[in-house]
Amino acid sequence: MELTINGTKHQVDIEPDTPLLWVLRDELGMTGTKYGCGLAQCGACTVLVDGQSTRSCVTPVESVAGTEIMTIEAVADDPIGQKVVEAWVSNQVAQCGYCQSGQVMAATALLKQTPKPSDDDIAGAMVNLCRCGTYNAIAAAVRDAAQA
Amino acid sequence: MNDMRPIAPEVLASENGKPFKVSRRGFLGASLGALVLGVTLPASLTRALAAAPAAITPGSRVAAFLEIRPDSTVLFRSAFIEGGQGIFTAMAQIVGEELDVDPANFVVEGAPPGPDYLLTGGGRFTGGSMSVRMSYDTMRKLGASARHMLLQAAAAKLGVPVSELSTEPGKVIHAASSRTVPYGEIADDAAALPLPAEVPLRDRANFRWIGKPFARLDARDKSTGKAKYSIDQKIDGMLYAAVQHSPRLGGEPGAMQNEGEVRGMPGVHSVHRLPGAVAVVANSWWRARRAVEALQVNWTEAASTASHPMPADFSSAAHMAKLKAASGDGVAFETEGDAVGALAGAARVVEAVYDAPYLVHGQLEPPSALARWNEDGSLELWLPNQAPEMFQADAAKFAGIAPEKVIIHSPMLGGFFGRHFLYQTANPYPQAIQLAKAVGRPIKLLWSREEEFLRDALRPMAAVRFRGGLDAKGMPVALSAVAVGEGPTGRWFGRQPDKVDSSAVEGIAGKVYAIPNRRVGQIHVDDPAIIGFWRSVGHSMNDFFYETFLDELADAGQQDPYELRHRLLAGSPRHRTLLEAVADLAGGWKRGPFVAEDGTRRARGVAMASPFGSEVATIAEVSLRDGDIAVHDVWVAIDPGSIVNPAIIEAQMNSAVALGLSSALLEEVVYVDGMPQARNYDGYQILTPDRMPRVHVRIVESGAPMGGIGEPGLPGVPPAVANALSVLAGKRIRSLPLSKLDLKEVDG
Ligand code: FES
Ligand code: FES
Repeated sequence: MELTINGTKHQVDIEPDTPLLWVLRDELGMTGTKYGCGLAQCGACTVLVDGQSTRSCVTPVESVAGTEIMTIEAVADDPIGQKVVEAWVSNQVAQCGYCQSGQVMAATALLKQTPKPSDDDIAGAMVNLCRCGTYNAIAAAVRDAAQA
Repeated sequence: MNDMRPIAPEVLASENGKPFKVSRRGFLGASLGALVLGVTLPASLTRALAAAPAAITPGSRVAAFLEIRPDSTVLFRSAFIEGGQGIFTAMAQIVGEELDVDPANFVVEGAPPGPDYLLTGGGRFTGGSMSVRMSYDTMRKLGASARHMLLQAAAAKLGVPVSELSTEPGKVIHAASSRTVPYGEIADDAAALPLPAEVPLRDRANFRWIGKPFARLDARDKSTGKAKYSIDQKIDGMLYAAVQHSPRLGGEPGAMQNEGEVRGMPGVHSVHRLPGAVAVVANSWWRARRAVEALQVNWTEAASTASHPMPADFSSAAHMAKLKAASGDGVAFETEGDAVGALAGAARVVEAVYDAPYLVHGQLEPPSALARWNEDGSLELWLPNQAPEMFQADAAKFAGIAPEKVIIHSPMLGGFFGRHFLYQTANPYPQAIQLAKAVGRPIKLLWSREEEFLRDALRPMAAVRFRGGLDAKGMPVALSAVAVGEGPTGRWFGRQPDKVDSSAVEGIAGKVYAIPNRRVGQIHVDDPAIIGFWRSVGHSMNDFFYETFLDELADAGQQDPYELRHRLLAGSPRHRTLLEAVADLAGGWKRGPFVAEDGTRRARGVAMASPFGSEVATIAEVSLRDGDIAVHDVWVAIDPGSIVNPAIIEAQMNSAVALGLSSALLEEVVYVDGMPQARNYDGYQILTPDRMPRVHVRIVESGAPMGGIGEPGLPGVPPAVANALSVLAGKRIRSLPLSKLDLKEVDG
């Protein structure tokens, strides 16, 4: 199976129903995308599939063959992703940081689709869990990134 | 960990906020003085540790902590593990201030086990909100000693007396000749010099980094996926393992009906029986997991000889009923005046029973362990942990080798909140060690979220019986509290039957209000579950019990709850100032109910707590809409005495508010038939972004001895919210989580 991840093609030989998350982490060594629940509950595993925020833990890898997958590893190479990262750093969002790959990807997806989101847009898109409670900093960083 | 640190008996008596007696006898006698093998340690550190004199004063030897690189950046080995609380940044600020290196030029990592790092009262752990306050002076001295050695090395190099030299960040300056020497050029020479006996410390007034909102060192790595956690570790030749545990602790795997079939599943290397679990080793974790979950295992019932077997009929509801039914006054922990007499003579007596449920930690990174047996017989482990020496000793015991043969790596923690202490059946590393031995390859074992929620060490449940006496004017004159349950300190560090485990009563005891006659007692009831330390430990529920009961007393005495607290703090200026500070931050105290600008009917609740050496006052503003509780704003005033980084404190208050609110509103582990009903976040809800209130923080630096930061913001949140909600609901609330309440009839 051929996957396009961060603009690079990868051949993977794997059961087609394997979740994309584990292909990224274990087959391709891209561990920036995290496992939190495996059940589409937390969003730690969020990646972009054709620009859409996607929970990779419940996404069979066969369903994303032929799409453009973007992971946290390439976020800073993307113009919008770069803005999000800078806003994340300047707002000092991360605490333990474990959820933040997913948060940054969710914010990048939001701003790709809605460059000037309202507070309701932000609330609607930024639904990933953070056990460290960085939610206020996340919302502030998304607003900053949209202004940048 | 709790206020009174469970390290060694001689420090257990230490009082909140008072300096601890430092015990030279660590809790790891066997490993003290043991050399760390250099298998994977940098050569320079290995040399430094090998050259260790027999008796080491923790925190004194510069070489164990600091490596100044040729480019004058600094590698610092922290005794404390970073898990979101910002300790690596705080360490860089403290050491950098005295060393005269910009903290931004620090690279910080968790130190290996070793006698140099026993900075927590003669032991070492990251917890109890201890890290900065226990090591602040020592780490300043360490930085100052290193700077002194660099000055001496520069003096030799330049051929001038030390007295003519000064430093600027990262370099030594000889003003008279306008010469400068970067630290990196003299680092080796400096490292060879003896440690100075006495070094002057920088005057507080001249601090450039301590006390400032310095940016976190890990912010960028954590925003770009580069931060590496235990779950991300990868080494050559490793295989992956997944487990399925006995649904009830103590059960053992019997026959596996489809073992042959599972062995044939894709990528499967082998199937294993472990104590209380089965495991599959495979060439990817997903394959291992899928295979292990396909195994049909006949689990035996727990043998009565198993330690902490989970009874097949255990239910959390029945256990709660048992706690609530316990009679008697228990063993006294704190007494003042004559509570019994004063209650008998009181104009009015108020009685109430409060309770709080089990909680899981719910840190977002599930636990894992990577184990490798090396050719020289040593065992190398990468694992989330809050106490490297304790894990080293325990792993050594389990593996049957000497502690110095166990090499511990302590990666960044994806949240901890007390999750990563030694909890035996809640730690995956013995399984990883056993599997690595069995297959002769390194094993990376990861627990699925479901296995984690099955085996986590729970915040214990508890019930408290209160009796409060009021005088004719409605002032509290007597308070009696009996806490029923078991505390985690007693569970893991030994309980004396005639003594109260402080972790069971902290937050009911140690309150600051001038109620003249008090008695706090405890009835110990064994908890059938595996219990552990959860952010702010006993305070996480006890301050809820106490501070909401105090509002009941205020209501009974027809007093405003803020005014009552203010009056009870007349003799305690520090606390009164803090209470006034939080009211000021909130734009003045008003209890409500009142109608907010958006038309919602709101109320406010107030609470105070004295956790982990700090003082905290909290106000929450709450409304109800269709029975759903909305918390709009939380104001937190914290007095930790003195501080290192106000931005990190503000972040920690946000974090503590989120976790405190999550526990108050939503969280509850329910056991039925000896099994937890929720195995993932779908069944065990935690705070979502839409429920996050605005958080407003004021830091008051009273100059009192330095207190903790990571936990103290939490205990005031549940009672402040419950007190506000009681106003709206028109009834007292005595049980958590609040989501159990049916508030539909209450108009929002
Ligand atoms: S790991 Fe995918 S949503 Fe939690
Ligand atoms: S920063 Fe720790 S889970 Fe979000």
